[in-house]
Amino acid sequence: MRFALSMLLAVFLQPNINGLKDMSQDIKIKKGLSINLLGGAEHTFHKEVASSTYVIYPTDFHGLTPKLVIKEGAHVKAGETLFFDKNRPEVTVASPVSGEITEIARGERRRVLSIKIAADKDQKAVENETISFSEASAAELKAYLLASGVWPFVKQRPYDVIANPAGIPKAIFISGLNTGPLNPDLDFVLRGQEEKLQAALTALKKLTPGSIHVGVESKENSVFGTLDHINLHTVSGPHPAGLVGTQIAAIDPISKGELVWTISAQDLVIIGELLLTGRYNASRTLAVTGSSVVAPQYIKSKIGAELTGIFEALGVKDGEQRFINGDVLTGKKTSKEGSLGFYNTQLTVIPEGNDYEFFGWNKPVFNKISPTRALTFSWLNKRKKYDLDTNTNGEHRAFVITGSYEEVFPLDIFPMQLLKACMVKDLDDMENLGLYEVAPEDFSLTEFICISKQPHQDIIRKGLDLMQQELG
Amino acid sequence: MKQKLHEIKESFKGNKWAPAFNAIHTFLYTPNEVTHSGTHVKAADDLKRTMNTVIQALIPVLLFGIFNAGYQHYSAIEGFPENFSVLEHFITWRNFVVGLTTVLPLLIVSYGVGLAIEFVFAVIKGHEVEEGYLVTGILVPLIVPVDTPLWMLAIAVAFGVVIGKEVFGGTGMNILNPALTIRAFLFFAYPTWMSGDKVWVHGAVDGLTKANSTDAISGETILGFLAQNRAEDYAYSISDMFFGFIPGSVGETSALLILLGGLYLIFTKIASWRIMLSAVLGALAMGLIFNAVVDFGWIGTYSKFYSLMAFDFWKHLIVGGLAFGIVYMATDPVTGSQTNKGKWFYGFFIGFISVMIRVFNPGYPEGVFLAILLMNVFAPTIDHYVVQANVKRRKKRAEKAVIYTEESASLETQSA
Repeated sequence: MRFALSMLLAVFLQPNINGLKDMSQDIKIKKGLSINLLGGAEHTFHKEVASSTYVIYPTDFHGLTPKLVIKEGAHVKAGETLFFDKNRPEVTVASPVSGEITEIARGERRRVLSIKIAADKDQKAVENETISFSEASAAELKAYLLASGVWPFVKQRPYDVIANPAGIPKAIFISGLNTGPLNPDLDFVLRGQEEKLQAALTALKKLTPGSIHVGVESKENSVFGTLDHINLHTVSGPHPAGLVGTQIAAIDPISKGELVWTISAQDLVIIGELLLTGRYNASRTLAVTGSSVVAPQYIKSKIGAELTGIFEALGVKDGEQRFINGDVLTGKKTSKEGSLGFYNTQLTVIPEGNDYEFFGWNKPVFNKISPTRALTFSWLNKRKKYDLDTNTNGEHRAFVITGSYEEVFPLDIFPMQLLKACMVKDLDDMENLGLYEVAPEDFSLTEFICISKQPHQDIIRKGLDLMQQELG
Repeated sequence: MKQKLHEIKESFKGNKWAPAFNAIHTFLYTPNEVTHSGTHVKAADDLKRTMNTVIQALIPVLLFGIFNAGYQHYSAIEGFPENFSVLEHFITWRNFVVGLTTVLPLLIVSYGVGLAIEFVFAVIKGHEVEEGYLVTGILVPLIVPVDTPLWMLAIAVAFGVVIGKEVFGGTGMNILNPALTIRAFLFFAYPTWMSGDKVWVHGAVDGLTKANSTDAISGETILGFLAQNRAEDYAYSISDMFFGFIPGSVGETSALLILLGGLYLIFTKIASWRIMLSAVLGALAMGLIFNAVVDFGWIGTYSKFYSLMAFDFWKHLIVGGLAFGIVYMATDPVTGSQTNKGKWFYGFFIGFISVMIRVFNPGYPEGVFLAILLMNVFAPTIDHYVVQANVKRRKKRAEKAVIYTEESASLETQSA
């Protein structure tokens, strides 16, 4: 009876089903695994640490070939263009601070590896004319964002690269919640930024005929709860519920030929401030996390800032440590002397695991996370927090076990089959199995639990690169 | 020792013997390898731990097999004990000695030959020694009759590892389950030895015991009796079959321990419960069909299939190698179906075809290994159809793709 009723309802609602993706949805993710680590950031701010040098790594912008417009010794203002993309000259990257270019490091075939800037005592910024973003046309807005150097914050799928400015996305996706290991709490970080967020959203709404979808944990607590021009969705469940790829798949998955843009919530703040004030402010609210940080908490900093000061202020435990720009699943390895990456809003420090373990493969394991129960006991207490190190806990092997990735992979995609298609460079299979829909980060959990210790994110990245190169 | 081994490892770097040394080193110590790119932390499980879990689930079966080898041997000579008690008649020193002297050599030959070949291939091809053979090596002695000559086993293992696995590229790449390839090689290469009633009980072949008894020992299995339409001739009770006090391949007899092993593998999430459950359902389904054929009177007692067809459908699960095959062999992730949906079909047909072959095979009343090998071949096909369903769904969605050009986008924004 109930079944018949629901069928009847479904028939009546049929005309609305296509419109469903434009309505607010309640997304419940069941498959996944939340990795609880020690060293979460306290909800307090450490006072800002001044940094005297800033470094921009062109390698942070995947697929971008830098063409420098400045020379060593030149003086730049904050917001002044440092380089542009050789393939798309309109895409520019701006200096986070004003200062002198002290060093341009080059690698093989004179590829630019890093640009070092010695910051001025008195910071000067490029004063762009403000644009009336509620009245400007799409073309004017695009040109404004491109020229001021904030365009690289807009990324696109397929391929997970900086958005092609000529493209028109069917929708824009923003994740308003983080579920990854020790990720910053966005409700906390974004508090008080409503005006800037709204400015960015109002402008971006003009760049898509579709919707701007925002996933949040709860409409009441999120700063997005009161904002306009967005479709708000509540998202719950374990990691990767907070990854934008998971939300895209649940709300309006990407089909062949379609284009969507994704922007991280904290990057919206920078775009919004630019639209409101005309200034590019590269400020970041960072969560400094990890079991090796003495006092993990939040700190304000800027893109490219040197990390030594931050780590010294918050304290790092003795011993050999891994410094990560980002979180433990998707971050980039750096060092204590490194600099904050362009897209990063989190720093993580965990112990290196450069040691042997006697009979490590058959002993009962209590201090590591495991998706199985093979004498591993993390299933006993799901809330327990772990102090994981960087040991691989085993060697690289061929794919053997099946069915385990599916347990932590919520997309309607066969993960192992797609990985194998990428490994053998079968373009048809890559397309058919859904490579358009994913970014490397969507495969970070399967990589974490992989018994064969395969580099899933790297395999997907290379697959995407190949596809972009072959199919454009 | 840790430091010493580390220094030796460093000195082996780049040497072609490095894989051989590393295999032994990583057996003692989990390596000091750290992550570079990608995830900076990794879960606790590796392939060694996974394989080790399967071995743990096999140890009780192996121990039971050792005692049972002795028990069957002495029972054949002296007759089955009256008022059977496990402690008095089964777990005894003399049973253990007979079992150990017969089963241990099988185990040693299996591991010795198999691992030697793995090491040689690893050194030649310059890859690490993969752990696949750790499980195969213990499976092999459990699925062969106790009196299998060691030279036969050695040849079969060499064939199985080289042809069944290494030519495909080693662990993870093979199409057929290596342990079953070894079993199949034995069966087809030495059929007169591997079938019949002599090989299942130690001593039956060489008539060791002629001095003690007027008859040579018969080591007929229950399925053997049934295939000859001599259902009334065996004296094993249902509890004998369930607990495993019956003749058969070394590890296959105790349905109870296999059931516990299966539950352990499901609990640890190492083996697929989907395959196990659907295989049981498949076997029951085929058994019920045969029972129905008998019940409807479509077949008379004159038929040579009568006894096997009339055998209660659920008893198929507790005799022969069906339970062992379902729990330990069908669930091999490399040769089985790789999609969750495919696993249901794959498992079901293993159970279904096993019982079918068991009933219709005139020469040798067992079909599990053939059914699993057959489904190994079909597993990629099953997966293909499961994956294609997903691909079709995606292509259908792509027909409604929303793609904007400058004009269509401006129209859209105006209407909104």
